[in-house]
Amino acid sequence: MGPEVLADILGGLPKVQDPDLLVGFDRSDDAAIYRLTPDLALVHTLDFFPPMVDDPYIFGEIAAANALSDIWAMGGEPKTALNIVCFPEKMDTGILAKILEGGSAKVREAGAILAGGHTIIDTEVKYGLSVTGVVHPERIYTNRGCAVGDMLVLTKPLGVGIICAAHRVGEASERAVQQAIASMSMLNKYAAEALKKYPVHACTDVTGFGFLGHLHEMLGGECSAVIFGSEVPVIPEALAYASEFLITGAAQRNRNYLEGQVQFGPAVDFSLEEVLFDPQTSGGLLVSLPKAAAGDLLAELQSTGLACGIVGEIVEQEEKEIVVL
Amino acid sequence: MKRTLDATGLRCPLPVLETKKALREMHEGQLEVIVDNLTSLQNLEKMAKQLGLSYELQPGSEDRHSIVITVSGEVSEKAEPSAAGSTVVVLSSDQMGAGDPELGRLLMRSFIYALAELEEPPRKVLLYNSGVKLAVEGAETLADLCRLAERGVEILSCGTCLNFFNLADKLGVGSVTNMYEILASQLAAGRIVRP
Repeated sequence: MGPEVLADILGGLPKVQDPDLLVGFDRSDDAAIYRLTPDLALVHTLDFFPPMVDDPYIFGEIAAANALSDIWAMGGEPKTALNIVCFPEKMDTGILAKILEGGSAKVREAGAILAGGHTIIDTEVKYGLSVTGVVHPERIYTNRGCAVGDMLVLTKPLGVGIICAAHRVGEASERAVQQAIASMSMLNKYAAEALKKYPVHACTDVTGFGFLGHLHEMLGGECSAVIFGSEVPVIPEALAYASEFLITGAAQRNRNYLEGQVQFGPAVDFSLEEVLFDPQTSGGLLVSLPKAAAGDLLAELQSTGLACGIVGEIVEQEEKEIVVL
Repeated sequence: MKRTLDATGLRCPLPVLETKKALREMHEGQLEVIVDNLTSLQNLEKMAKQLGLSYELQPGSEDRHSIVITVSGEVSEKAEPSAAGSTVVVLSSDQMGAGDPELGRLLMRSFIYALAELEEPPRKVLLYNSGVKLAVEGAETLADLCRLAERGVEILSCGTCLNFFNLADKLGVGSVTNMYEILASQLAAGRIVRP
């Protein structure tokens, strides 16, 4: 669902007062965190969705990489995972077996244990996981906490939503689809491991609200950001497809939500605008950290083979929350 | 002539795609497109704006919206401004972006690599100022520029700039150009890309 609708509905629920609930849904963060002892907290998250690729094994891998990601985005380590499955009664169960195999492989790669799950009959296939992790209560990465002068690092390229949309209508090249799959099935674990050495001020993963939507959550009405358009890692074909108007309704919903808060400079092409609003499946981590550390982190991320970039800078609060140059 | 395209019940990006196809077949006239959700309507509006076509939104109900796009002979000529075939890439520095020079060079290297990997390469690559250093012998970007040249992309380096850097005898790909051609190429380009 779009961020606007969701914020409305969640705002109507009673807020829970518990000093050990360190992160709840009132904070629009990636996962919930509950403190058990002074040095141990649980991180809870879940995510599931319908297939965005044809191959059931790859779909399983991507759904798992996506569900696990929130744990790393909070600075935690995944421990256990439970499958969430919706599957049509008359469909070949061999397909379900492949989906679960793909999911299980990624859970193992994450260093976690698949410990169970729940399956229901539905008209459409959906798969995902509920993941539980642990984190030290003093080493949580929240969305909030950007400081003026911080640099923003993005650890995966953007554009997978547009490429999947183009693929749905037979307009995407095989190469573009393969790049999107490689990015979506890559665990954010490796980026999170690289982050451990650096003073992270804020961190989130880029998913359904698009790069700009998640950046907006991170700024939290306290500071503004300048984005260096030419430095944002993008799968090149996504720009080509956007300029051919292979654009999505979800990106437009994200655009509507941020209307008036984002200003695009004259050098920013329409296609890049679309990519910046494009919802991402299993997107990268967006990290705010001091300038001095950003270059080192980027060099380290590049050595792991991830397409990444220093994509912007945090500035004092300005009239427009986000300016893209 | 007014045509109507009923795009209700179609999932994105199909309404926009079908509209684009219908517009391509029209030389002149009006196309009314009906969609069943507001975001599809907004996406059609964006496309019409990008293509420089005049349009009017028609009042509708919650699940029925329509836009009337007008195509005149002249405008439809401009209707494909993004054709990769008329794209000119301008490299005016050996670095991408401002800031740390090492990072800038690294970014430029991956930009040119990505450019060489594109399915539809640009028509020309113009190199001037320190950009010419990308096309000389020993440059890490030379191999990718050569790949582009092999695919028929014109690689043009500014002669004044090569002389300035004492690199006139080191050019490894493409040909030498002058200010007149640099200007004319950019004026004629359907799109200019500057990393």
